[in-house]
Amino acid sequence: MLIFERSHPGRRNAAQAVNNTTAVSGIPATLLRQDQPLLPEASEMDVVRHYTGLSQKNFSIDTHFYPLGSCTMKYNPRACNTLAMLPNFLARHPLAPESTGQGVLACLYDLQEILKDVAGMAGVSLMPMAGAQGEFAGIAMIRAYHDARGDTARTEIIVPDAAHGTNPATAVMCGYTVKEIPTDANGDVDLDALRAATGPQTAGLMLTNPSTLGLFEKQIQAIQSIIHDAGGLLYYDGANLNAILGKVKPGDMGFDVIHMNLHKTFATPPGGGGPGAGAVGVAQRLLPYLPLPVVAKQDETYRCFTEKDLPQSIGHLSAFGGNIGVLLRAYIYVRMLGAEGMHRVAEFATLNANYLMAELHKAGFTVAFPQRRASHEFIVSMKPLKDATGVSAMDVAKRLLDKGFHPPTTYFPMLVPECLLIEPTETESKETLDGFVNALKEIRDEAYAAPELVKGAPHTLPVRRLDDVKAARELDLIWKPTTSTRAA
Amino acid sequence: MPFIPHTEQDIQYMLASIGAKNIDALFDEIPAALKSGKLTAIGDGLNEMQVSRLMHERAAQDKQPLNFIGAGAYEHHIPAAVWEIATRGEYYTAYTPYQAEASQGTLQTLYEYQTMIASLTGMDASNASLYDGASALAEAILMAVRAHKTSRRVLVPTSVSPLYRSVARSIVKLQNIELVEIPFDIATGTTDINALQQHAGSDIAALVIPQPNFFGALEDVDALTAWAHAQGALAIALVNPLALALLKAPGQWAEKGADIAVGDGQPLGAPLSSGGPYFGFICCKQTLVRQMPGRIIGRTVDLDGKQGFTLTLQAREQHIRRAKATSNICSNQGLMVTAATIHMALLGIDGLRRAAAASHTNTQALTVQAGGLHGVKRLFSAPHFHEVVLHLPGSSAKVLNSMAGQGISGGYDLKPHYPQLGNAILVCATETKTNEDLQRYVAALRHVLQS
Repeated sequence: MLIFERSHPGRRNAAQAVNNTTAVSGIPATLLRQDQPLLPEASEMDVVRHYTGLSQKNFSIDTHFYPLGSCTMKYNPRACNTLAMLPNFLARHPLAPESTGQGVLACLYDLQEILKDVAGMAGVSLMPMAGAQGEFAGIAMIRAYHDARGDTARTEIIVPDAAHGTNPATAVMCGYTVKEIPTDANGDVDLDALRAATGPQTAGLMLTNPSTLGLFEKQIQAIQSIIHDAGGLLYYDGANLNAILGKVKPGDMGFDVIHMNLHKTFATPPGGGGPGAGAVGVAQRLLPYLPLPVVAKQDETYRCFTEKDLPQSIGHLSAFGGNIGVLLRAYIYVRMLGAEGMHRVAEFATLNANYLMAELHKAGFTVAFPQRRASHEFIVSMKPLKDATGVSAMDVAKRLLDKGFHPPTTYFPMLVPECLLIEPTETESKETLDGFVNALKEIRDEAYAAPELVKGAPHTLPVRRLDDVKAARELDLIWKPTTSTRAA
Repeated sequence: MPFIPHTEQDIQYMLASIGAKNIDALFDEIPAALKSGKLTAIGDGLNEMQVSRLMHERAAQDKQPLNFIGAGAYEHHIPAAVWEIATRGEYYTAYTPYQAEASQGTLQTLYEYQTMIASLTGMDASNASLYDGASALAEAILMAVRAHKTSRRVLVPTSVSPLYRSVARSIVKLQNIELVEIPFDIATGTTDINALQQHAGSDIAALVIPQPNFFGALEDVDALTAWAHAQGALAIALVNPLALALLKAPGQWAEKGADIAVGDGQPLGAPLSSGGPYFGFICCKQTLVRQMPGRIIGRTVDLDGKQGFTLTLQAREQHIRRAKATSNICSNQGLMVTAATIHMALLGIDGLRRAAAASHTNTQALTVQAGGLHGVKRLFSAPHFHEVVLHLPGSSAKVLNSMAGQGISGGYDLKPHYPQLGNAILVCATETKTNEDLQRYVAALRHVLQS
């Protein structure tokens, strides 16, 4: 049932009525609204029950193992939420004087310093509101750098075919054309193809390391030489930073700019799709171009840099300072971990991934790169199962839901057929991983014994498989009172 | 080890299964020269009690002045139930709803949100949100240019927030889109129709129409929309969603209605939080749906014909279209939208109207009372929603600074962005302000001006 179907004309929430009138004076009638917008008229308890009930239809980290590859679904500590929502943090207006925000600015400044250390970078701006916006900031800085030197013939960004879709989309938003290069049989960047693609037109390369195949790119030193020798810059997509946190610094690998998904590596909540945070770090030569604001500390006082301080900045990408509340959560998380805890993140994320890969490999599943170490994630291909039984990776994913596991990422990266990209994260226990292996074994048995059972999954969720084609062809994006509905 | 459950026994068992002698061996593919030493900027970990102490100390440093600043972020009452429910783990720790069957809670909530915001704006469709209002304006401009096909020029009145204009410029300039500024009428504080008329007959992709504008003034939205359409340009409405509880919806502006409506959803349940997270909304006419960026939720049926919700029109998006996508956006501000949906459901249209009306009335009362002070005058003649521009007899920066000393955030200083207005400040009194608060403001201002 939709909230609109719980609505009853005339029902009011007196406790939420802040005023005894809806009348206004001084606004001409021609500017006033005449119609009644479609908002529910429901009691507070109706609303609380409705949304509590809806929440219970979700899988989440708090309720289920959620090994979604490339998404780093680790435990989101509750203290981070409670402490980021202290009343003084919530009440502060973004344009209030900086003297009234020394506490929050101190946290942001400290976080910048910590992220600089983790990334091996000279400067950090916390402003980007998501990974994709961090990518935009990074590529915009690369462009600003070339432009400032009068080096305007660089029109291309090189992107490996295994990259996240945001990479090529970002390059286009920054006015570049995209040159895609292939991956070799070992899962690494094809160096010959990279050399052939690189030239005076190259503005930069966007790379995720470990790659989306869950492999550490061993040739990174050669790659950075090829790009830098051609005058290009290296962009690090930090989606997989969890794998190397405290082990390798992107700056030491030769990267000039990085974004960090704080909603992945730094345990801020995914929130059903956001808000995230995509802080960017830069090497010395890109410092003048950092997006605003950047928090500075002068004589124990914190303030935000403006255009006056950074006249060559790529500018503001949000009206105010970005997703501050998310940044506070990340700050609390890193302070709880400390240096030692940060090193352990990568260690145990990697231990869990390699253990899970080893157990699945031993159980007879097809691991995409068995000769390689897994990073924090790895790929299993369901192609042999599909060939033998007709049960696809998607079917397996849906059946996992019946077994109480959120499925891994499916059909990404596209390079491996029928793939599941599995990222357990460091916060899961051995028992949970063993349970997941058992579930996959059961599903494989079912695929042979009763393939239709798997193909028809899920069977135990609020809905069965949905008609995506109908959703796209007969667009129904907003509820209308006349629409006939069947109760959910 | 915080948040890592492994016992020593687990570790040994797992390493044996892998065939690795220790955890370090798992990193043997990383060239030795690249391995980093200890992180030095972080220090030792804090337990929950210690970090709690630290954060309470930091929060205590942040004073809570009596706030009369708006300028794009507004202090409103948020029902207790909003964040109680939005931070339930099932909402808070779910990912983007890729697996629809396991995400019906998030998906239905977003569908309800799309319905509510599309209805408030009077538009046909909405996405599941963008980052914030300023970046939503940038996306609307990109969308209008895609839809228009021939022009890459967009007219942006200077009565649009300078913060928004700055963001839009940062984002769209890399795609060679020209933003042309249209001045405002110094008497009314609204877009100067004569200045706009100079662009008549030229190829224009869109006109941005703020309502209310940055000065809190109400634009002649019908005339502006009609003008844009007469030029073959799209009309982009930039609106405050709470104001739409009272004001004519963009979908009803002029004959055909605005083509795209965007804004910041912060007034719908997001705390001020020093500037974020908020969320941006974007709504449009049906014909433009496929040009809209970001996640979109659709209603469909399952194998049994039962209603369900799913991400739809994904063929526009970066994970399918890569370099040809409508935008690089892949997240939305899901949790903020969840809060906004609960907020709108709790208040209903009656509650939103009351909050909007009280904000309007409070600002009106403050204007009258402050206007009674010697030398203080209201600057613009156009009707306003819940913000006004006051002109002061002395330095605006000094006055605001002195008021801050009395624990009052007295307004937003317009001088850095609008030096032509002199000592002008933008003042907002939402429904959260009592008569005593207004009196305190006026008394403080009087005191500052007299000293």
